[in-house]
Amino acid sequence: MKPMRQGRSGTGSTVLLVATRKGAWLYRASRDREAWSCEGPHFLGQIVHHLVLDPRDGETLLASASTGHLGPTLFRSRDLGRTWDESRRPPAFAKTDAAQTPRAVNHIFWLTPGHASEPGVWYAGTSPHGLFRSEDSGETWAPCVGLNDDPRYREWMGGPQDGTPDGPKLHSILVDPRSANHLYLGMSSGGVHESVDRGCSWEPLIDGLEVVEGLDASKAWFHDPHCVRLCPSQPDRLYQQNHCGIYRLDRPARRWERIGINMPREVGDIGFPMIVHPRDADTAWVFPMDGSSVWPRVAIGGRPAAYVTRDAGRSWNRQDRGLPESQAWWTVKRQAMTSDVCDPVGLYIGTTSGELWGSIDEGASWRGIARHLPEIYALEAASV
Amino acid sequence: MKVFIPSPLLSYTNRKEVNAFGCTLAEVLRDLDRQYPGIRFRMIDEQDRVRPHIRIFVNGEQTFALDRGLDDRDVVHVIQALSGG
Repeated sequence: MKPMRQGRSGTGSTVLLVATRKGAWLYRASRDREAWSCEGPHFLGQIVHHLVLDPRDGETLLASASTGHLGPTLFRSRDLGRTWDESRRPPAFAKTDAAQTPRAVNHIFWLTPGHASEPGVWYAGTSPHGLFRSEDSGETWAPCVGLNDDPRYREWMGGPQDGTPDGPKLHSILVDPRSANHLYLGMSSGGVHESVDRGCSWEPLIDGLEVVEGLDASKAWFHDPHCVRLCPSQPDRLYQQNHCGIYRLDRPARRWERIGINMPREVGDIGFPMIVHPRDADTAWVFPMDGSSVWPRVAIGGRPAAYVTRDAGRSWNRQDRGLPESQAWWTVKRQAMTSDVCDPVGLYIGTTSGELWGSIDEGASWRGIARHLPEIYALEAASV
Repeated sequence: MKVFIPSPLLSYTNRKEVNAFGCTLAEVLRDLDRQYPGIRFRMIDEQDRVRPHIRIFVNGEQTFALDRGLDDRDVVHVIQALSGG
């Protein structure tokens, strides 16, 4: 891989927050994003599922961690990773009586800072499915009973055999920048859901989404959203990479439109990550993978590429300049593709083979940033 | 009583051998957590079950019963199960 060279100045310093199967790293960019310095490892040997900076204060980091043997926990830094302390009460389900199926958090999969008007509020999504809320910057967490204990949702969440190979996951917790009351989330599997009362109650938002052939699309538990994104520049627009295609939804409509049908037929519209442009709601990117036969979950044909739409999904263009041209059998997990807020926008991917790639021209060309890291589970770009 | 701590949990105690007090295993684990906040949840889930890859031995005998009675002469070993190599 060649080092990144070109690019114009961004609006601030970009820091990549890299969560891997064996720890976490921070990569700090120079002002022009030409050079990157590495900090880490943090929590070497621990499985770090998500590492997120609080954009409201610009210095609080939360890291969700577990190991192969120990239970899950959350670590918090107030100084951008120089020092860490541990959550006093990590997300945990309520103790259940003998008549109920007991649930225990296996790992904390997703972290989302709350609304700008609610400093200190965070949401966490877990495996098995659970939604949790903190009001003290991650120090203590409480279950969101309106979802976790709703009988309908208990049914839709299914059991251990209903999720992804490494466990069912609640993810894509989205907060409408216009209202702290308005939330979305995704469950793999279990569908996309919306709350307009700050998570007290939820309703499915699955019309128009396809499911595996032969199953009943009216049943939430058959739906598998892989990644849902809300456009910050147009919060009524949602994009989704689903197990069964790429979709867009413009609220207040409730019916998703399959925009992946416009992808090249030989590529298809299966994948995990999806990201949106911070200022242009017509622009979004996906990173397709091989979802044929046994779902190899690798780059199609061993030739990785991003695809971009500039017209809200009516057309797509391949972006692979600089990426390996053959025999690259990695892919990008649902949390491992992200963008910065610079102009032009920087795109970043973390691969299952432990490589970090970046583009500072909105995907037109890609350069390597790091290699030989552990399998990358999640990647966030923060502006500091 | 003596409690032996496995290496994955030494970040909490900084020592392999610590002392904790209680009349049951549950009380000893609570006392450990009082001394070393957070350590219990890494071993015991929210349903008060020993996590799948953690094993607890009292005087060399494996137990999953948190209500097992203990006295000061007992020795507790917490180990990371030899699962997965």
